[in-house]
Amino acid sequence: MDILEILSYGFIQRALLAGVLIAVLCSVLGVFLVLRRLSLIGDGLAHVTFGSTAIALAFKIYSAASLLVSLPVVLLASLGILRLTEKARLSGDAAIGIVSATGIAVGIILASVGGGYNVDLLSYLFGNILSITREEVLIAAGLFCVVMLLLGLFFNDLLAISFNEELARVSGVRTRLINSVLVMLTALSVVLAMKLVGIMLISSLLILPAVSALQLARSFKACIGLAALQGCCSVVAGIFVSFMTNLPTSAMIVLINLLFFGCACGARRLITPGNSN
Amino acid sequence: MSGEVVRAEQLGCCYREGCVLEDVSFSVNAGDYVGIVGPNGSGKSTLVQALLGLVAISSGSARLFGSRCGGFSEWGRVGYLPQSLHLMNPIFPATVAETVALGLLSLKKFPRRLSRQDWETVDATLDNLGIYDIRAKLIGELSGGQQQRALLARALVNDPELLILDEPTAALDPETRERFYHMIADINRTRGVTVLLVTHDTGVIGQHASKMLYLDKRMLFYGSFDDFCHSPEMSALFGEHSQHLMCHRH
Repeated sequence: MDILEILSYGFIQRALLAGVLIAVLCSVLGVFLVLRRLSLIGDGLAHVTFGSTAIALAFKIYSAASLLVSLPVVLLASLGILRLTEKARLSGDAAIGIVSATGIAVGIILASVGGGYNVDLLSYLFGNILSITREEVLIAAGLFCVVMLLLGLFFNDLLAISFNEELARVSGVRTRLINSVLVMLTALSVVLAMKLVGIMLISSLLILPAVSALQLARSFKACIGLAALQGCCSVVAGIFVSFMTNLPTSAMIVLINLLFFGCACGARRLITPGNSN
Repeated sequence: MSGEVVRAEQLGCCYREGCVLEDVSFSVNAGDYVGIVGPNGSGKSTLVQALLGLVAISSGSARLFGSRCGGFSEWGRVGYLPQSLHLMNPIFPATVAETVALGLLSLKKFPRRLSRQDWETVDATLDNLGIYDIRAKLIGELSGGQQQRALLARALVNDPELLILDEPTAALDPETRERFYHMIADINRTRGVTVLLVTHDTGVIGQHASKMLYLDKRMLFYGSFDDFCHSPEMSALFGEHSQHLMCHRH
């Protein structure tokens, strides 16, 4: 089977389109999250997505419509993580842990009570980009536009708080607002990415392209570009390889990202003089 | 440029663990160069953070350019180099030029886009500080001295009237430290920029600053370096021999 034949399938076209959009979002946001030491927020919010998906399934809300239940819940959870760090004087990882555990607990209880929808819930755990519907692609495209627009508008503010929050405040950046924007954009992307790589593997899509780009980038804009490029390439390659080998797409995307990360580390050692340790 | 730039009145910062700063009152006029000195934990950094509204004030008041610190918004008039940057993330992927350009955000309104003219301003600032040739290097890959110059460029790029530096020389070797102090003195003298500099180097800052503020939770001294050297209170605090050493270090 050649590439053109694979591309002729409607489900592959939908998977590639949605996958590339989601990968770009996650990769770009991932750079800010890694630099802000909030890498695991993706994991925490993914677990909340699990709980919110269980709520949607409990009310017999399936497929694209379940996103509409997940979105507000995960957005609130993202703000909850920020407020916990501010008000309860918790470190970011502890706040993420609390919200993450709550999300999983709600999901498990609802799955246990509902019983009959465990199979549906499992499909969200591991993702299945090849089963993405036309409506889900449209929602992904719409949210992609919203998130990219907001990222463009707040780009310099996000860069400033990533560099140093104190300095950003003295430059007139409203750091609390910008932190909220960052975690809310992440929440939107996590809900979208749920279908692509599944709840269990979302954080890898946020972290791996970003940390690979950080190995090689020679400027901040280059870092964003490299991360987005790796995200796109890993999704496209992952979809093709999984289709041809009949292996799970989500896991394949993660492994290809890991391969890119290994290559980036190797390349950095080669191009950086004296960096042999 | 004239008038009062900074005023603190009975300023206090107390937390659950106790008070870090108590009853500090002083004012700084335009063009002054004030060295803020004192032992570890004396509240030097808290003082400048309180002036900038970065930490909560529990008593008294602080004003920048006549505005109460909580409501101050003219950040384009202020340049700041915080102490915490010594712990800067070494893998941060921004170039020197990108880092310095962030200093211009204080002059911008939402969505804070940088124009070609802004980048020319960045280049001119780098050129003035003699670091134009490293503009494309990553900030995390620079030596301590170069990094500190780049961060000073960031604090100066918006052409501030007030420059606040919190232990800017802590990570520098003695020679680079001395050059840095001369550079700040030059900026104060030639551009008329008001400077507040927090440091441990009481003797060295005394050679450059027009005023000294000695802090140990409370303000123990505020005046010229000469007065500091002849102050019986400071003599009692340090001992005559130590005071003599501080005042005659060249």
